[in-house]
Amino acid sequence: MPVFEYAPAPESRAVVDIAPSYGLFIDGEFGEAGDGKVFKTLSPSSEEVLSEVAQAGAEDVDRAVKAARKAFATWSALPGSERAKYLFRIARIIQERSRELAVLESLDNGKPIRESRDADLPLVAAHFFYYAGWADKLAYAGYGPDPRPLGVAGQVIPWNFPLLMLAWKVAPALATGNTVVLKPAETTPLSALFFADICRQAGLPKGVVNIVTGDGSTGAELVAHPGVDKVAFTGSTEVGKAIARSVAGTRKKVTLELGGKAANIVFDDAPIDQAVEGIIGGIFFNQGHVCCAGSRLLVQESVQEELLDALKRRMRTLRVGDPLDKNTDIGAINSAEQLARIRALADAGEAEGAERWAPECELPSHGYWFAPTLFTGVTQAHRIAREEIFGPVLSVLTFRTPDEAVAKANNTPYGLSAGIWTEKGSRILAMANKLRAGVIWSNTFNKFDPASPFGGYKESGYGREGGRHGLEAYLAGAAEPTSERSEREGERDR
Amino acid sequence: MKQSDRNDRLSVLKTYKLFVGGKFPRSESGRVYEVTDTKGQWLANAPLASRKDARDAVVAARKAFGGWSGATAYNRGQILYRVAEMLEGRRDQFIREVAEGEGLSRAGATAAVDAAIDRWVWYAGWSDKIAQIAGSANPVAGPYFNLSSPEPTGVVALLAPQESSFLGLVSVIAPAIVTGNTAVVVAAEGAPLPALSLAEVLATSDLPGGVVNLLSGRTAEIAVPLAAHQDVNAIDLAGADAELAVELEKAAAENLKRVLRPQPVDWAADPGTGRLLAFLETKTVWHPMGV
Repeated sequence: MPVFEYAPAPESRAVVDIAPSYGLFIDGEFGEAGDGKVFKTLSPSSEEVLSEVAQAGAEDVDRAVKAARKAFATWSALPGSERAKYLFRIARIIQERSRELAVLESLDNGKPIRESRDADLPLVAAHFFYYAGWADKLAYAGYGPDPRPLGVAGQVIPWNFPLLMLAWKVAPALATGNTVVLKPAETTPLSALFFADICRQAGLPKGVVNIVTGDGSTGAELVAHPGVDKVAFTGSTEVGKAIARSVAGTRKKVTLELGGKAANIVFDDAPIDQAVEGIIGGIFFNQGHVCCAGSRLLVQESVQEELLDALKRRMRTLRVGDPLDKNTDIGAINSAEQLARIRALADAGEAEGAERWAPECELPSHGYWFAPTLFTGVTQAHRIAREEIFGPVLSVLTFRTPDEAVAKANNTPYGLSAGIWTEKGSRILAMANKLRAGVIWSNTFNKFDPASPFGGYKESGYGREGGRHGLEAYLAGAAEPTSERSEREGERDR
Repeated sequence: MKQSDRNDRLSVLKTYKLFVGGKFPRSESGRVYEVTDTKGQWLANAPLASRKDARDAVVAARKAFGGWSGATAYNRGQILYRVAEMLEGRRDQFIREVAEGEGLSRAGATAAVDAAIDRWVWYAGWSDKIAQIAGSANPVAGPYFNLSSPEPTGVVALLAPQESSFLGLVSVIAPAIVTGNTAVVVAAEGAPLPALSLAEVLATSDLPGGVVNLLSGRTAEIAVPLAAHQDVNAIDLAGADAELAVELEKAAAENLKRVLRPQPVDWAADPGTGRLLAFLETKTVWHPMGV
């Protein structure tokens, strides 16, 4: 059979104009960090420096929290219908600028343009639309007749979906009347700074959204700041635990969306071709930089051979390379540090006796790359079956009975997501019941929607984002601190 | 001068015991502590539970979790209602124990016990309704069936409030177990007798062994291993003082336990759904829709 090669089909960079440097966005203004510190953000596919960004220190975080506190009084007092209109404006502007933002996101993060254009950006806009509609309907949400905002939300987001995670955090916070200080990830700060410009275009009042860039130390300052009433974090379980410790004894409300080691379970009656697509999407979407990635494939023994043959055949067709090329399936690993972590874990897989396989593929000479990789002969004791790799590495385990599949799937401290592939409806429902995970995809995988709650059991964190459930994190319950208390603390801070 | 032979009769005292896995063991430590009424009169020697007792209770609660969380909501509701039935028959005993333990008037103790019995009935009714209130069908933008339902979070450690030895106790146990969680309960340190007697009621109410495990002793001593236990999924700090609560919350961070911080609660007021929701997870199931 003749093989038709793809010609390069790069998306133009001309739609996005990246400034050589960016400051912090506090109280509606861009400004330098107090001590003038900066760091560089680069494109992981080429190692080219994209821009220089301010590194916020304790003083800057304090300034941002105070700006948010000041804005809170008027923002929370606005009728919900007015707040809704601001959020609808933001959603519309995101749609208008989605091409520009998709290119920017692919440049700064390394993810394929196909995904930033077709997955990230539509979902970002959809989140603002969804929560906009809640702003004037909060009394109907089931959290009491008089739902109140908490005050200032300190939000720390990861680098895997920079703009989408911003939307997940900012949209429900603003809809419920809170104000926000957001810290984007160190390696992907740019789209959040572009979002600041969207807030300006939308005419959002000053101080309602503040963006402080920086590394983990900036995030720690924000989380620990006494003027913060609500902490929302997405990232590693390790950092999540440190945050849970740091807020102990305070009245801060916390939601944590942490790591996972999802089991993707394939039964012998599964539609094999669809399952293979689901497995591919489950682990290679976004280079595997997904907390709910289906990183443990559990295959029923009787179809193991057939499934693995089909899976390898499909993996040979994956195109790794330039994130801005419209035909690219797998882009760059986000950072040198993350690449080193993936390599170390993959090496541990080999050293512990699992069999490693990757399709032949030529990786670019610059940037951070890792070929899509499959491990067979994996046991539950192997590190690659226990630890979150956060990269394009799939571990294959087998099972014989549904009970064994449940036992193996649940044998992890995580509980974020799981997949089930079978034609039998009663088996889907029985399995879904027994799996200890917050999101169960049956005969599909990695589907997201603003109307659908997302979040984990066990050490995958607490709270839910998205849907009606996502509002709860930003509203005060009967015995919880009110904004009046926050006002008093604000005064003390001033 | 034989006023009444009956009144001279020496009464039979009760040996209070722990309640673990449906059985009534003494503390493995062999320790007891003196329980007095509010005037300092001796009432009983209650078991002084140890760390080992706490760990045994967690094992029992974990073992019971599969069956209890897998039972139908109808069945769980029936059993909670059965607890109320059994309590009604022992109402006088609990009124006496609450009055002695908390130094309440008979009327005050009666009000507390009646409210506690009614609370079991109220929570019994929640068993098959909470999923409808806390769950949702989600209108996602695609051809998918998408449903969110609440599920129990697992084994919950409950530090019963110190100031309300029976109504407060019932108000933390019932919402935790009605949704399918299993519990390890640390009774009010100063007035543990109503809790230990409640165990006798639970044991005869068709509640499977291990669903509720009751320990008496020093709250601080028992709570520390519970907060640090890797097989406990959540902790209610109602009975911890401010300093202890901070220490326990820090320990709970190690496996990201769900923490319900201590807060001022009027135990006589309508409890609302807060305590039900605190120990629930939301599971969302997706399936493609089409022909």
